[in-house]
Amino acid sequence: MSNLIQMLKPKTKSQTTTLFAWALIAPAALVMFWIVVWPLYETFRLSFTNSNLGTLMGGAEYIGWENYEKAIGGRKFPSIVTRTFYWMFLSVGLKIVLGLIGASLLASNIRARGVFRALVMPPWIVPIAIGCFGWLWLYNGHFGLISNFIEMVGITDGPFSFLAYKQSAFYSAVVTDVWIGTPMVTLFFLAAIQGVPRDLYEAAYVDGASRWYRFRRITLPQIMPTIVSMALLSAIWTFNSFEIIWILTEGGPRGGTTTLIIDTFKTAIFSYKFGAGATRAVLVVLILGVFSLIYLTVLDKLNKRYGYSGVQK
Amino acid sequence: MMDKYTFLQKIGIYSSLALFILFMLLPFVEMFIASLRPLTHLFSRPDVPVGETMTFMDFMSRFYSDKMSFQAYRDMWVTVPQLPRYIFNSVFLSTAVTFFSMCFIVPAAYAYARFDFRGKTISLTLFLAVNMFSGAVLLIPLYKLLRVYGLLNTYWAMIIPGVAFLIPTGIWLLKSFLEKIPYELEEAAFVDGASRLYTLRRVILPLAVPGLIVVGVAMFIGAYAQQFLFAITFNQDRDYMPLPAGIFEFIGYQDVLWNEMMAASLVGILPVLLIFLFMQKHLIAGLTSGAVKE
Repeated sequence: MSNLIQMLKPKTKSQTTTLFAWALIAPAALVMFWIVVWPLYETFRLSFTNSNLGTLMGGAEYIGWENYEKAIGGRKFPSIVTRTFYWMFLSVGLKIVLGLIGASLLASNIRARGVFRALVMPPWIVPIAIGCFGWLWLYNGHFGLISNFIEMVGITDGPFSFLAYKQSAFYSAVVTDVWIGTPMVTLFFLAAIQGVPRDLYEAAYVDGASRWYRFRRITLPQIMPTIVSMALLSAIWTFNSFEIIWILTEGGPRGGTTTLIIDTFKTAIFSYKFGAGATRAVLVVLILGVFSLIYLTVLDKLNKRYGYSGVQK
Repeated sequence: MMDKYTFLQKIGIYSSLALFILFMLLPFVEMFIASLRPLTHLFSRPDVPVGETMTFMDFMSRFYSDKMSFQAYRDMWVTVPQLPRYIFNSVFLSTAVTFFSMCFIVPAAYAYARFDFRGKTISLTLFLAVNMFSGAVLLIPLYKLLRVYGLLNTYWAMIIPGVAFLIPTGIWLLKSFLEKIPYELEEAAFVDGASRLYTLRRVILPLAVPGLIVVGVAMFIGAYAQQFLFAITFNQDRDYMPLPAGIFEFIGYQDVLWNEMMAASLVGILPVLLIFLFMQKHLIAGLTSGAVKE
């Protein structure tokens, strides 16, 4: 009996505790192994083969680094990588800035804050695909709201199809991605702002600090851990973002919105070049691996410095 | 004193907030208006004579027609007869994914919240690392895997990957809830001679109900949101198709039936929106608990 009680006490690593804990974790761990770890290994293996629809289940030949040479040496590859990173930095930057603005507004002492807070949430709650159908209609050239609006204001003198040109399609996709990502960022920032001790503000107020000064010198440093960790997490998700681009443009026009993930999907699933697709997937995994390492190191640092445990989706 | 605003500041805050919320809700408002407009009105650009610019009134005319009606909400069931099936599939898939993922999440989260054991940090880190990958990079082997087991074009093809990609987030969320339950309660149960599993079932679980509900709802919303990719890749059978994939049927060869497509989209998001409305307070508090220092 005392053994059982001992087991629950923190900082005991007895054999039985370890066994029991692992027995509880095992089912989840096995699923992860089956659906994530093994497929990850298989992706690496396939990336060195010429696997296609006919040879998916066996018979694909080992072709060494050929896929990698073709992928990285490909004419479009540099522009796809640049575009992916530009997509990520632009979108994450906007989400962070908008999130900060939104959170500060929602944290101000006004009536019906709860209602406003709930009204910000829908883009996050609603399935991405369905939100994108709405944007598809908004971006419509002849009949869409935005095209009509800018024509009325006088920016254009006729209909403008946002998704028909390389540049405008790219920025339209960014706007939609920001729209989907901002609510969550806002909410986490809001929670962090509300967690800042009030006496800090009161002391500064008594000393005559302005609102802007208080935001810069108290709010920002206090919620910095949340900002950093949201920025990194949202960078990873934006990098991975698939549905938004796929529904709006399928990576077009003329590859103008093709990011690494879209390129992977197109090569593997649409052209049935599983080997070449797997190669691109491996490159994505490698880049994300670097990102995750940065994320975990930074989180660890923050944890030690602020006693901060991190955020999750 | 500190939180008082001048009249101008108040106007500033409310109008910025209005702009912010307008950005967040504009697509839904426009979707709703579009769903009410007849197709002929949707496809008529505000009339602008050659050489003249569109006026404000021209622009406003796109929002209103005297033929506006809920007709699209009736017609959509005729255009896409499978629509009820798609909606059912979406709800069914999310429910199944929620149920199965909770079966894996609860014991694992309990272990991480309660015990200190060998391999704890490293395994938790590995779980979280899964969040870094989207399903998109693993599609090829997953396709192969599901084909080997003969699961392509079944509900399982969407349930299994769905469960796997929700487990890490779920474990992390529930762990932070369970950590708040004082362990003295368990101690008391042990002293009274209860077994470990009995304690988990009869002492911890009842106390963890609010946390379980929040995590369950978060899983449901997540499952509802992530269906698209797995559905278009692993399933070709229209009987098992969830709504986000099924809505593509409104895009015909000639015209896109925008009004019915928007109506179907809005009806399709009702389940999550309703759940969110009832749960939003707890949900927000639960999801953001990690953002606040303790």
